[in-house]
Amino acid sequence: MYEFIFYCSSVVAVVAAGAILVVRQPVHAVLYLIVSLLALALLFFLLGAPLLAAFQVMLYAGAIMVLFLFMMMVMNLRIERNRSLRNRSLLRPASWGGIALLALLLWLILLLLFSRSSFNEIDSITVIGPTAVGNALFGPYLMMVEAAAILLLAALVAALYLSQRGKR
Amino acid sequence: MSFTQWLLTFASMGLVLLGLLLIGALLSYGERRILALLQDRIGPNRAGPFGLLQPVADILKLISKEDFIPPFADRMVYTVAPVIVPMTVLMSFAVVPISEDEWLADLNVALLYVLALSSLRVYGLMLGGWASNSKYSLLGGLRSAAQMISYELPMGLALVGIVILSGSFSLREIVAAQELPFIVLQPLGFIIFLVCGIAETNRLPFDLPEAENELAAGYNTEYGGIRFAFFYLGEYLGLLLIAALATVLFLGGWHGPWLPGVVWFSLKTLVLILLFFWLRTSLPRLRYDQLMAFGWKWMLPAALLNLLVTAVLGLFWMEG
Repeated sequence: MYEFIFYCSSVVAVVAAGAILVVRQPVHAVLYLIVSLLALALLFFLLGAPLLAAFQVMLYAGAIMVLFLFMMMVMNLRIERNRSLRNRSLLRPASWGGIALLALLLWLILLLLFSRSSFNEIDSITVIGPTAVGNALFGPYLMMVEAAAILLLAALVAALYLSQRGKR
Repeated sequence: MSFTQWLLTFASMGLVLLGLLLIGALLSYGERRILALLQDRIGPNRAGPFGLLQPVADILKLISKEDFIPPFADRMVYTVAPVIVPMTVLMSFAVVPISEDEWLADLNVALLYVLALSSLRVYGLMLGGWASNSKYSLLGGLRSAAQMISYELPMGLALVGIVILSGSFSLREIVAAQELPFIVLQPLGFIIFLVCGIAETNRLPFDLPEAENELAAGYNTEYGGIRFAFFYLGEYLGLLLIAALATVLFLGGWHGPWLPGVVWFSLKTLVLILLFFWLRTSLPRLRYDQLMAFGWKWMLPAALLNLLVTAVLGLFWMEG
């Protein structure tokens, strides 16, 4: 049953991600992206990372995409008839060369990583609870957390400055 | 899990779903009667004894209406949007523990799960407003998005204090840790949670997304019939969810002397719901800029202060 759910949500994630390229309405593309993110959250949960799944829904689907949609509603983006084929250029094979090359590189790196680690106990999934994640974040990875926090603070100050500049 | 266990799971899910829908319908009747009482009116009293069958009459009327999609609307999104609101609320109820040994799911990230679902609920209002393709709806959808984002943040921060005190995200363990209800230890957190909860369910002091006097009916202006009923059901169930969560997180859930746990849980939830009805009759609607300023300039700093004090006290006085 769990495997069935896993494969279902994988298919949903991939199909929704593909649909983003095809649809013409910008808001529909955002909706497909949300569906894809939710399916990914389900995958995280099934693979034993409930905290990651919750944050995926809360931050990506629940906060960032809401802001995306908010911007689209403020600008009231809808289909423009004469430019509706603009998106279709993504479907031509010629425009995929660079992306395919990068994907190949990523795949090779993954292959290298997987060949180094022992792969035998893949059948058993260990669930990582919130406490373990917290201990890792504020133990060995404390420096990374602080660095990310300072980066975000700098971005916030920059955004405030840029939004103030027009008013003066 | 065996086949019987799956069957049992689905059966209990169906039962809870049915019960919640019934409670949602009764809440709409209760609100109208209590508002009438507080405003010195009579309220609906014709259908059945004391008007108790009024929700049935309402639902029959809404179902038998023509299912109309405006020609200028985005058909797919217009159809999906009303379903999102009650669905996310109903899914949240799965982790709410009613008594010591009655709950549907004991997730170890239950609190985050509830917050995540409540942040998904805004899509129903936003997409409903956008898909209707009319200016009132669009403005209502925009307002609901801005409001949800501004009040979600202090709500989440206010709940971190609870997590520090109980040491767990699981709602069952949070209740089990409340020998002394957390409202005594976290009075500021309780107030912030309650205010943000009212804002998240778009109840009256904060019902800017459907402000009747300026936006017709806001995001649901173009909706009618059963789809409109879905939005309304979502609102009442959201109210029930906020009351149930406040009970579980701050008022000690099933804890209480003499009576069984379920009764205590229901009593506390009912008192909070009556409080929400009372607030609706007594408070005027805020202006939009007041709403945003209150959210960012008062609620957020208060929640941060609450978190700071709780964390410092927890660091020095709590063991383990």
